[in-house]
Amino acid sequence: MTTTTPMTPTTPSGGPPAKPPTKPLGRPFGKSGLTSRGVANAVVLIAALYTMMPALWLLFASTKNADALFGSDIFSLGDFSLSRNLSDLFAMDGGLYGEWYLNSLLYAVGGALVGSLISVSAGYAFDKYEFRHKEKLFGLVLTGVMVPQTVLALPLYLVASEIGLVNTFWAVFVPVLFNPFGVYLARLLSSGYVPNEVLEASRVDGAGELQTYIRVSLRMLGPGFVTVFLFQLTAIWNNFFLPMVMLSDQHLYPLSLGLYTWNSSATVSPEYYPLVVIGSLLAVVPLIVAFVTLQRYWKSGLTAGSVK
Amino acid sequence: MSTVTTFRKRPGTTPPPADPARTRRAGRRQQRFAYVTLLAPFTALLVAVFLVPVGYAIYLSFFSEDHDGLGFGGGRTIFTGLRSYLAVLQDPSFVSGFGSIALYCVIFVPLVVAGSLGLALLLDSGLIRLRRTAQMLLYLPHAVPGIIAAVIWLYLYTPGLSPVIKLFAEADITIDFLGLHTVLPSIVNIALWSGLGYNMVIFYAALQALPREVLEAARIDGAGGIRTALQVKVPIIRGSVLMVCMFSLIAALQLFTEPMLMNQATPMVNSRFTPNMYIYDAAFRRNNYGLASAASVILLVVTCALSFAVTRWAGRRERSAK
Repeated sequence: MTTTTPMTPTTPSGGPPAKPPTKPLGRPFGKSGLTSRGVANAVVLIAALYTMMPALWLLFASTKNADALFGSDIFSLGDFSLSRNLSDLFAMDGGLYGEWYLNSLLYAVGGALVGSLISVSAGYAFDKYEFRHKEKLFGLVLTGVMVPQTVLALPLYLVASEIGLVNTFWAVFVPVLFNPFGVYLARLLSSGYVPNEVLEASRVDGAGELQTYIRVSLRMLGPGFVTVFLFQLTAIWNNFFLPMVMLSDQHLYPLSLGLYTWNSSATVSPEYYPLVVIGSLLAVVPLIVAFVTLQRYWKSGLTAGSVK
Repeated sequence: MSTVTTFRKRPGTTPPPADPARTRRAGRRQQRFAYVTLLAPFTALLVAVFLVPVGYAIYLSFFSEDHDGLGFGGGRTIFTGLRSYLAVLQDPSFVSGFGSIALYCVIFVPLVVAGSLGLALLLDSGLIRLRRTAQMLLYLPHAVPGIIAAVIWLYLYTPGLSPVIKLFAEADITIDFLGLHTVLPSIVNIALWSGLGYNMVIFYAALQALPREVLEAARIDGAGGIRTALQVKVPIIRGSVLMVCMFSLIAALQLFTEPMLMNQATPMVNSRFTPNMYIYDAAFRRNNYGLASAASVILLVVTCALSFAVTRWAGRRERSAK
């Protein structure tokens, strides 16, 4: 189907005019179909190379020791020091990297679980219940969506230092739970996934409201929950400004901040370079795993977010 | 609750007709308990990590530590009114931070919107082989945390480490990614790398939701692929385009991670290169919380004003289009 059917087939006899073809769809390009197809594929290929090459560089560079990293041919597989680099990584500075990794997992997975439960509950309440000042409160939520977390970092630090929470686990963990975009998304998804009749039916059955939420609605909101969870997981895993402002104890650092400090050490002592490289590679793994396994959920979330 | 138990005591019967109002009242009470419980944690967070900090920052921005006194216990806090705001606004390094952001936006926003929209249209055109794989590869950088994307690119910009620079050197071209005129495009490139696939997915999702009849009508009218893309598809998804523009602008105002990392590597990025870096510098290198608070409040106001203006403008266009 590379050639297109002519729009109006000529009818040799004077019969009734032929109906315009109703199909096919999705073959909109004309006679130059072959060249435009080639150009289109080339453009996408170049874009894919652009996004892929730096990641590939990271992969190859993490197998190199400090000398080879500055050497000539990064994409050769000679001098394979991946395992050396790995053991160096976890041994450096008394195993700090392992601590950072666990901290990041705790901040991100724990924070995203608790945070999305809070957001989904609130979004559900906004969707299913009527109460006074509801839309005013929701307006505040929308304002929260517009205000990026980084603007709040310094104000949060000032409050935390006032109540003595600076440089503690909670100074990072509590603020990241706040996810107004999650509430907005959950309200949208709740009106889509949970029909009001379900609530009425379970009311007639005499089930309690919260019981209905936990046993019935939350289950129906499952995909929405995963979407909000993924968004928040990414945001917390990427978080850099807040921990940088809040934490001075290296044992509380997440990966982002830890790798940043190692990178600044590398400018003085280059033995840190291979560690930053392989440390970065390992730090990317959890998000890639989360995205690949939960792929269909974030897509539905993006669609919901963009259609509205 | 009591009415619910009476319910249960008479299985099989309809709700007692005697007092439906009481049942409804109890139901309402139970509902109120439910939504209060469901909303309480979020509302507590809203107050604790949003309203209170913003309020406290505004309050602090009107005060400053007076170090000119005799220095008992590190000075006292005095009311200075709008003096911190004046100091911030008259500080050339703060204003130039907004200048860097503006220049960054001028380069970044058109590139990221055109790039991701173009890729989404191509993927939507049905011409692309291995569409899912291409989508996956383009999306990959979004899974790379900002600081790590910055580290990767910084190394690709660093002479000695970078295979790119080596490649150019073999062709006798000296290229300095961290020079006076190249450092901002270099930062733009990092953001573009991270954002291209993500925004493409947003556009692609919007394109997939287009009504098929519209596209068919365009085809019957004889519109070619490119004309259909630019004159039919793009206008319909302009809401998504606008949203991406707005979020890119807001994100640009918050620029911190990439230049902060660049700051370690090149003198071309100073420690007050963007507003957020200025705030960090004021609070933690100069220990001037009044100044840092005032700068935070200004950044907050600018961000809110910008997003408000864009949504208003979008709303008006939407209404006039109808």
